[in-house]
Amino acid sequence: MAAEPKTKYDRQLRIWGEQGQAALEKASICLLNCGPTGSEALKNLVLGGIGSITVVDGSKVETCDLGNNFMLDEQCLGQSRAKCVCSFLQELNDAVKAKFVEESPATLIDSNPSFFAQFTLVIATQLLENILLKLDRICRKANVILVVARSYGLSGLVRISVKEHNVIESKPDHFLDDLRLHNPWPELKEFSKSIDLSITDPVVHKHTPYIVILIRLAEKWADAHNGCLPSSRQEKKDFKDLIKAHMLNIDEENYKEAMEAAYKVSTVRGISSQISQIIEDTSIEVDSSSPDFWVLVAALKEFIENEGDGEPPLEGSIPDMTSLTEYYVSLQKIYQAKAESDCFAMERHVRNILKRIGREPDAISKAYIKTFCRNARKLTVCRYHTIEEELSSPNLPELQKYLTDEDYCFAAGFYILLRAVDRFASNYNRFPGIFDSELDEDMLRLKTIAFSIISDSGLHGSSLSEDLIHEMCRFGSAELHPVAAFIGGVASQEVIKLVTRQFVPMTGTFIFNGIDQKSQVLAL
Amino acid sequence: MADLSSQQGRWRDLDMLLARPGNIVSNGFEPSPTLREEIEEYVRVLVVGAGGLGCELLKDLALCGFKNIDVIDMDTIEVSNLNRQFLFRLQDVGKSKAEVAAKRVMERVSGVTIVPHFCRIEDKDIEFYSDFSIIVLGLDSIEARSYINSVACSFLEYDHDNNPVAETVKPMVDGGTEGFKGHARVILPGSTPCFECNIWLFPPQVKFPLCTLAETPRTAAHCIEYAHLIKWDEVHSGKPFDADDPEHMQWVYSEALKRAELFGITGVTYSLTQGVIKNIIPAIASTNAIVSAACALEALKIISGCSKTLSNYLTYNGLVGTHIKVTDFVKDKDCLVCGPGTLLEIEPSVTLYQFIEMLGKHPEILLSKPSVTHQGKNLYMQSPPILEEMTRSNLTLLMFDLLGKVSRDTLHVSGACEKNGKKVSCLRKLRVVFRGVGDGMTDMDTADRS
Repeated sequence: MAAEPKTKYDRQLRIWGEQGQAALEKASICLLNCGPTGSEALKNLVLGGIGSITVVDGSKVETCDLGNNFMLDEQCLGQSRAKCVCSFLQELNDAVKAKFVEESPATLIDSNPSFFAQFTLVIATQLLENILLKLDRICRKANVILVVARSYGLSGLVRISVKEHNVIESKPDHFLDDLRLHNPWPELKEFSKSIDLSITDPVVHKHTPYIVILIRLAEKWADAHNGCLPSSRQEKKDFKDLIKAHMLNIDEENYKEAMEAAYKVSTVRGISSQISQIIEDTSIEVDSSSPDFWVLVAALKEFIENEGDGEPPLEGSIPDMTSLTEYYVSLQKIYQAKAESDCFAMERHVRNILKRIGREPDAISKAYIKTFCRNARKLTVCRYHTIEEELSSPNLPELQKYLTDEDYCFAAGFYILLRAVDRFASNYNRFPGIFDSELDEDMLRLKTIAFSIISDSGLHGSSLSEDLIHEMCRFGSAELHPVAAFIGGVASQEVIKLVTRQFVPMTGTFIFNGIDQKSQVLAL
Repeated sequence: MADLSSQQGRWRDLDMLLARPGNIVSNGFEPSPTLREEIEEYVRVLVVGAGGLGCELLKDLALCGFKNIDVIDMDTIEVSNLNRQFLFRLQDVGKSKAEVAAKRVMERVSGVTIVPHFCRIEDKDIEFYSDFSIIVLGLDSIEARSYINSVACSFLEYDHDNNPVAETVKPMVDGGTEGFKGHARVILPGSTPCFECNIWLFPPQVKFPLCTLAETPRTAAHCIEYAHLIKWDEVHSGKPFDADDPEHMQWVYSEALKRAELFGITGVTYSLTQGVIKNIIPAIASTNAIVSAACALEALKIISGCSKTLSNYLTYNGLVGTHIKVTDFVKDKDCLVCGPGTLLEIEPSVTLYQFIEMLGKHPEILLSKPSVTHQGKNLYMQSPPILEEMTRSNLTLLMFDLLGKVSRDTLHVSGACEKNGKKVSCLRKLRVVFRGVGDGMTDMDTADRS
């Protein structure tokens, strides 16, 4: 008796829709090490309906696993940890294909690097730095996304490694609507003119949509100011007064909305710097091997330079506003019509480019082009350094800033210390603080290593709190369940964004700080 | 039965934090190999809610070494819960969330005891809540949070220097999520802001004006709410609308469609209809996991002192990257729920009438025509006339008698006061102390205040 997927996934379908869900269900994820960090990350993905999971872990379940891993109980003691975690996860969602490989990730990376090419994405947890570097090279070569996650006492880390990740549906929270009040096209102007602002009928007067009010008054203003729209502070204030002067009485919501939205007529024509960067990127020199995203961006550039007259395709929707229904519906139709005609022009550019580069002209669907047009102002391109690049040449000024900033210093300190404990491990074959008897010596050893990492990086005079180094030692590489669950949660959320290609993934290294919860993403 | 050494082995990682001294820890942290056992024996945790946050909280808290956990939730399991409330399976649909969650966690984490309470939070009396060392909230409503907050803060007492009395502080950790966003906060009544102090943090719920629904609908949501709030009553007068009845929902959906068609509005779907009427909040496992983990970690740190505590409000936003911000909000010293209230010293011979006169003249209170309530009972109400008449006879009685012959107690008074030149109605919390009565304190320095 299977639960109808629509109902079971209802609460998440409302976030990423059917297409996002389909992308999740096609994805195959490989998890390296299924301690609590990896297990919790995978749990969230399994609950969401990820296509398939493969758990790689060579260890047997020990007593200490029972204290931090929910997926293991007494009956699992002595058995393969990968096998037990896998069977627990399978129970959570029988639609997910769950497999396991009983082998240590480090061994697998060395003996069979081509193993990873079959996956959409690899989640690597609790791996030492030197092993991660090897894995990163393998994943980059195979074009498999790598997500690194680590819990260590009250600290932790999540980062993404992939050459490039493009997002069309970035779905930001508060993005300005695309009303073009500063530059209305003929049909919109005509409609606005057809409405008498000084109509005496009080109901119609107070239900004239603010789009119309602002377009008419902006024109009135421009006529009196040499064709220019309000731009200085005083002018904007005066413009608002002009609007107010047209109010019949103070309960006219539409005029209040017009005053609140008055700044929209002062929008500067053109495209944002983010979009500008994207359309000037070298990747728009497309050829037959280019991803569809860049073909679309190349078309976008042509559109902006031609039909768009400096502006991107119209988004096409309008926000709700006080209005007579018929006016509102008419406005909706006008905006939709323009969006459609812009999309039509974009389509022509796309087909021409595809032909030019030797691909089928209808290789990119109309629906996809439409989605691209609607989101053209919100495109995001994420590029990530390799782990090696970040470690060998981090952004020093940023790191310096982080180490001295009150809100960032613990996170930055943990970043250095996570590297330091790995170096400690390769020197001494164990983590610092594992043994009570060596706590004090380990503290000094760790401190030496941490300071040498700092000076090797080229940071001069940056200090690391001794108390923090002491804490790192105190942690004794413990994997605490709440920290693992937090890190696993963050990692799983990034995986979802990467797989659905919706929302913007983090662009930096996330450091968890469980001391005062001032966790930060460090842009290194 | 596991022996001590294997127990220690089991909690090896947790004990790193609990048994070892640290430099970045809370005041009074006493690391010891037995700290975890003390927590196991003496600490009781209450988890409020066994849904998206609650399931994660129970798991997290059990794996933080807490052995005595209670969980309270009045809801039953639905299919749409299964994408994140991982303790439930398809065959559990219809059963009590609290009961199934408790059972599942006890099955997996040996040694933990979780007592479920399948009821409303209001159904428990105050004594129930006073037994817990800490309360962790995984709720989805402002009203419920407000209620638990007022209960926890009701235990709070202040000393003569207006400082909270440590033994009466009932710590709370509150979490909330919505899609990719969430928050976790630590509430230490008397020190940090309580829920009421910062209630403005929650934006008011959007309600469509009636005239929009009735006269000038523009969006699909308007058509849906018209069918739900207006048309339903017109056609089914008297019969209440039940959002959980699929037939009712279907009726509203088809009426909404009709209205939309009439006005040329597009976008009415069954899914949107459910979403608007039930105010469905999108929810995913990852955000719940993150917020719960933060809350459980704070609970562990508050109880054990093994590190610093979140101070005091964390917001999480996973929409663009991962953005976490910690704000140190300051409590409202005039808060009616967690504040000490203005101190009033009076003679035991003062009548209610005289007391009310004092209120009007008191420099800090300045309430005109105040009404007085004590533990929910009306002592004197200025209006409406029928209540005034009923309580008028109390005016000649002694305050000391009316408050039950105790040396000190808390009262609430309401009336009109001036704020920014306007007359507004105000509610004030007062601490009344009777001079020369009871607990042997010296009132010398408080003598000037009344």
